[in-house]
Amino acid sequence: MPWALTGALAALALAVAASLLLGVQPLAPATVLDALRGVPVDAETAAVVASRVDRTVVGLVVGGAVALSGVVLQGLTRNPIAEPGILGLNSGAALAVVVGIRFLGLTTVTGHVVAALVGTVLVAALVQSLTLMAPRASAPVSMALAGAAVMALAQSLIGALLVTDRGALDSFRFWQVGSVAGRDAGQVLDVLPFLAAGAVLALTAGPTLDAVALGDDVARGLGQRTVLQRGSAAAGAVLLAASATALAGPIAFVGLVVPHVVRALVGAGHRRVLGLSLLLGPAFVVLADVTGRLVAQPSEVQAGIVCAVVGALALVLVVRRTKGLQ
Amino acid sequence: MTTADVLTRARRGPRRRSALVVTILLALVVGLGLVRTLLGDYRVSLPDAVRILGGADLPGASFVLMESTLPRAVMAVLAGAAFGAAGGAFQVMLRNPLASPDVLGITLGASAGAVVAAVPLGLRGAPVTLSALAGAVLAAALILSQAGGRGGATGRMVLVGVALAAGLSAVVHWVLVRASIYQAQDAMVWLSGSLNSVSWDEIARLLALDALLLPPLLVLARRLPVLGLGDDLAAGLGVHVTRVRVGVTVLVVALVAAATAVVGPIAFVGFLCGPIARRLVPGRPAVGVAALVGAVVVLGADHLAAYGIPGTALPVGVVTGLLGAPVLLWMLRSRPTTREGR
Repeated sequence: MPWALTGALAALALAVAASLLLGVQPLAPATVLDALRGVPVDAETAAVVASRVDRTVVGLVVGGAVALSGVVLQGLTRNPIAEPGILGLNSGAALAVVVGIRFLGLTTVTGHVVAALVGTVLVAALVQSLTLMAPRASAPVSMALAGAAVMALAQSLIGALLVTDRGALDSFRFWQVGSVAGRDAGQVLDVLPFLAAGAVLALTAGPTLDAVALGDDVARGLGQRTVLQRGSAAAGAVLLAASATALAGPIAFVGLVVPHVVRALVGAGHRRVLGLSLLLGPAFVVLADVTGRLVAQPSEVQAGIVCAVVGALALVLVVRRTKGLQ
Repeated sequence: MTTADVLTRARRGPRRRSALVVTILLALVVGLGLVRTLLGDYRVSLPDAVRILGGADLPGASFVLMESTLPRAVMAVLAGAAFGAAGGAFQVMLRNPLASPDVLGITLGASAGAVVAAVPLGLRGAPVTLSALAGAVLAAALILSQAGGRGGATGRMVLVGVALAAGLSAVVHWVLVRASIYQAQDAMVWLSGSLNSVSWDEIARLLALDALLLPPLLVLARRLPVLGLGDDLAAGLGVHVTRVRVGVTVLVVALVAAATAVVGPIAFVGFLCGPIARRLVPGRPAVGVAALVGAVVVLGADHLAAYGIPGTALPVGVVTGLLGAPVLLWMLRSRPTTREGR
């Protein structure tokens, strides 16, 4: 554990440093430090540093939120591929945001968060109830398919709403790739209440998740009030996923990849997994953002796209290692 | 009465039934085709339509018929048949109603290929079809590499399909962000699956490919039920198991790519048609019937999409998506899936 913790902290520090220094215009560490300390630098450098600070902050927040959400969802469903993207939660949020923009005239980030929350909760309930009705042995497959069906439904509806509205399409297409760039760090404050509540619920869910892993009967025998505790853990996961999606758009697969990497490092105890995911999730998203900046210069590949491509490969690996699917 | 007589009689029932079903479906295709062609916002009478097809030039009516409604109806039939047959054949081959090319992500492979060719590279026509084919082949190769030992669809295959779909849609979204808003809007319409802007060139291309690919698929599909007995028994009965499987896969992938390159990934047509066809003609490899059902579904959905909500012309894929997703959810609920994902 100590070496894993040290490694994770080092990875996080490295990611933050890379995010501040690297990009279309590389900066020297001394220049960045000067700008951060308030020493006067030229206007252009100051602007670059400010925008990099913003996207780094957003990346850190989003990465932490999605990774925690993934740990809780995988633990609660005892399903190795549970993740906000695969379960269709992101699509539900996207649909709700589009409906909000088109019909309710939502413009504020807080409005988007509330819409995303409603969409995420509805989809989570739908997918979970569908999965519960399917037999246990094929739960991962049923869950993925329920998620895929919900995603297709949401995409159809989004398509119907957007093909007739060029303005909404233009803002939506930039939102749906999932990007940490171009967001004001101040917007983090708008979602902070939801994020904080979700983080508290998720981080305190460790014992519940450990008990769930033992099965329902054992958990009850150990004195867990399973329904209440699971409900609060699930609420935490949904709050985190919805506020991350409202902030940066759908960033898929982070919630899948990070928990698996962490479990490989420190084993299955959920308290450790939650803590370490809170460090490695942000590092993953920030590094994805840096990678996206570097691979397509002078243009950029959005962080959400880097995460999806890396994550799709990771999911194939996870699926190949999961027993009982053959 | 000899055994042969009994067998003949027992076979006559299903054969009659499937002849009846095919007749009714053909009548539906023609009927819906006429509705789609003649009863749009601008109505053309049947005698006028016949005269226009005979070469007469009626102001207004000629343009509407020849440039808008007729090409759409013809394309709906061609694309619907391609998606329907492809879906039906895959579901029978993999012995899983969920294993249609659209649920597995092969259609998305084709659309990613087509979008990459059409938007950043600015290609049109045949190169787009080739690029769609390349995308579909790659997707299919990756997914089928996860097939189970007995050739059935596995849960693993479905999950790899889901992973692939997510990765590919990220590619598509990236292309959309880099395009101009006008290109993005065109691409968005196409990505929803749309018959809005079909040309006679495209119809000729898809017609040629349908004519080339559908008959061999129908012939090969007759062997598919034998594969269900298991590879050894099928081989013992004289079926080249690998050859049939590879042949069906190649034809299905090519059909999906050809149709997707022209009209976009019309959601769930392939997925919906197989189960409908199997209910219409139980116990037979209903690939031909699935093709007809596909034509009927796309024709009907396109009419609904164009005139269902007054003043708004939706892409046809929106309607089929809204129809198909609940069916997929319902199948998950009602169908106990075994470990093999069946």
